[in-house]
Amino acid sequence: MTLDTVKHATETPDVEQPWAELGLKRDEYERIREILGRRPTGAELAMYSVMWSEHCSYKSSKVHLKQFGEKAPENDALLVGIGENAGVVDVGQGYAVTFKVESHNHPSYIEPYQGAATGVGGIVRDILAMGARPVAVMDPLRFGAADHPDTKRVLPGVVAGIGGYGNCLGLPNIGGEVVFDDCYQGNPLVNALCVGVMKHEDIHLAKASGAGNKVILYGARTGGDGIGGVSVLASETFESTGPAKRPAVQVGDPFQEKLLIECTLEIFKENLVAGIQDLGGAGLSCATSELASAGSGGMRVELDTVPLRDATLSPEEILMSESQERMCAIVEPDKVDRFLEICEKWDVIATVIGEVTDGDRLEIYWHGEQIVDVPPRTVAHEGPVYHRPYARPEWQDALQADDANKLPRPASGAELKEQVLKIVASPNQASKAWITDQYDRFVQGNTVLAQPEDSGMIRIDADTNLGVAVATDGNGRYAKLDPYAGAQLALAEAYRNVATTGAKPLAVSDCLNFGSPEDPAVMWQFAEATRGLADACQTLGTPVTGGNVSLYNQTGETAIHPTPVVAVLGVIDDVTRRTPVAFKEEGQLLYLLGDTKEEFGGSAWSQVVHGHLGGLPPAVDLERERLLAEILISASRDGMIDAAHDLSDGGLIQAVVESCLRGGTGARLVVPDGLDAFTFLFSESAGRAVVAVPRSEEVRFNDMCGARGLPVTRIGVIDGDAIDVQGEFALSLAELRTAHEETIPALLA
Amino acid sequence: MARVVVDVMLKPEILDPQGQAVQRALPRLGFEGISDVRQGKRFELEVDGPLDEAALARIHEMAETFLANTVIEDFVVKVEEAEAVKVES
Repeated sequence: MTLDTVKHATETPDVEQPWAELGLKRDEYERIREILGRRPTGAELAMYSVMWSEHCSYKSSKVHLKQFGEKAPENDALLVGIGENAGVVDVGQGYAVTFKVESHNHPSYIEPYQGAATGVGGIVRDILAMGARPVAVMDPLRFGAADHPDTKRVLPGVVAGIGGYGNCLGLPNIGGEVVFDDCYQGNPLVNALCVGVMKHEDIHLAKASGAGNKVILYGARTGGDGIGGVSVLASETFESTGPAKRPAVQVGDPFQEKLLIECTLEIFKENLVAGIQDLGGAGLSCATSELASAGSGGMRVELDTVPLRDATLSPEEILMSESQERMCAIVEPDKVDRFLEICEKWDVIATVIGEVTDGDRLEIYWHGEQIVDVPPRTVAHEGPVYHRPYARPEWQDALQADDANKLPRPASGAELKEQVLKIVASPNQASKAWITDQYDRFVQGNTVLAQPEDSGMIRIDADTNLGVAVATDGNGRYAKLDPYAGAQLALAEAYRNVATTGAKPLAVSDCLNFGSPEDPAVMWQFAEATRGLADACQTLGTPVTGGNVSLYNQTGETAIHPTPVVAVLGVIDDVTRRTPVAFKEEGQLLYLLGDTKEEFGGSAWSQVVHGHLGGLPPAVDLERERLLAEILISASRDGMIDAAHDLSDGGLIQAVVESCLRGGTGARLVVPDGLDAFTFLFSESAGRAVVAVPRSEEVRFNDMCGARGLPVTRIGVIDGDAIDVQGEFALSLAELRTAHEETIPALLA
Repeated sequence: MARVVVDVMLKPEILDPQGQAVQRALPRLGFEGISDVRQGKRFELEVDGPLDEAALARIHEMAETFLANTVIEDFVVKVEEAEAVKVES
């Protein structure tokens, strides 16, 4: 095997290269040759192919994602915006919070436990790289039908992987979602979110500047895991020497990650780094090219200094390896000794692998010979950009015309009762305690709220009780009916969930899960969803701070429902003022905030009772969402409400059942004038919440809603041990609890 | 009654945190000279009835679908007798 050096590549311009097998298109390969003025070396080809992949380059989505920047609302709280490892938000008292949601969908389907575990590990390192201490994680999950045999393979592994990795790190898992739908069969969505806290002055960025500064790789040794396309390269270009086939699966080591966290935080504390980047997808290729590209451009790396787990790895494989638990730091020469000392204390391997140069090329050497000589921007930030064709699918009109409001409705109180039981017991509406109980939700002692509350809430200052709340939401059914509105509804729901707990929504992170961008229908869904989300973020004043796009979630011609998952982060000055969902005090009054209309398109009722998906999703009214949020926050701060629950899928009755079961009390409900019982209970109109008001606060609360123009309707009282919809039916709490809580264990335990 | 042993090991390129922990502990306990440790699992199966081709095929299937996670692990099936029949995965 001859080493494919830069010199060798220049001398042998006509060597056939496996660009197609590495996923590059002919014009992309030609462009690489044009940039370099010669054919790329094997190592360069490996770097470009992985960095120009959809996953790393966002080549199909970039043109649409631009809107998040262009339409970003003025927001004084935003300290670091889109484009860094994660966005950073000012939450007051000198604190900054960083958060981000990412996907780990495909790996989690292949190897559920390790795929989900390394998803958590990856997002935690992103947050760490910003300078923050990770304080909580959340996981929005989507699987195929709950009773499908493959769900029984994938779900328990994913849940155990999330729990195993997060619990070992000592990070509370404070929320997320679990959704089942046939469309995710074969394409489960495993999204992972992490929240981190720091002081303003601790923010760190991913850039390499200052010639002479050292490049230090630290953390786990580099092994042959997670190498995708490189196996092709190794076997096609050279006579194969190393192991023939490398798996795409990585195995995580949470204890190594814990050491990496503590070690990195100590390094930050002593102010030892000029730039830092975690190693995730595309490994060293990504870290070196991105750091150099964001800095002054020049970097020289001696690849043979990289500590290896497997001595037979080729330079291409080392560049591509996605071995977990690694970070890359740029350190001034006089701080290197102290840096290495701290790493040694934490038992973390650290190696100087190169230095920043005053040139503008990324140069990589292997045993003294140059194997990479590229302008780093062309690898990291100036990859291909596609304006993929998109078109509204021809079936969209028929889907929207298939109006769910025309489905047969329950005709009697008895039938209503039967449907309520069926819905609260359906896998999507049933209690997810069996899943969330496998996560440690309270480790570190700062968890204020966790599942099944509306949002997860963490105290970040024990003296002042300052806290942050995060909620993630997404409804693929709504987005399928109307991707523009669906994305806005996801944002509206997460925004509402944060406000319902009493926190002020500040910023957004998104994970956009879609099918193949090569399908114009999918691309249209993507374009519509991003436009909808960007518009709504502008209106609500909550900028998108970062996130991730996952495309190609499809099997054959069938794509998943377009599934934009939106995370909203909010701040609460005093966590002791938070509003929980539980109805606890008998005699407290129940009020419905907002307007209820006949809106059943994409609803839980249409899915569970009729197996139907059609019509239009609920209308979006962002000004109403903002008003509702203001009322909920004021009411929480001033102690006017003791409980609140947002209304979303499943409608009012779902929310009331959850709040009653959580508090162990019943409720008497009266169908308000102007509404029929069915619409009252099952409509999924947006911009609504149900609140429990102590009698002493009734006048004050009503006055506040009246003065601000928010429709408020008294719908009942907390009472007894049954939910009694007067004149229609009554269901005992015991019966409801059985229905709501036994479904998931029966299917999956 | 025959005994069949199934040895399951992580594939060579897969990270083995447990093995690494053992390897790191060895020098601390005074055991020098071990540069790498890989830790695996051993299943000892007592097989009812004759150990014919069909029975071995069943065990192979069992190992492939249940005892080993072949996405990240390799396995070897061995018959524990004087004249061991070794079946590689």
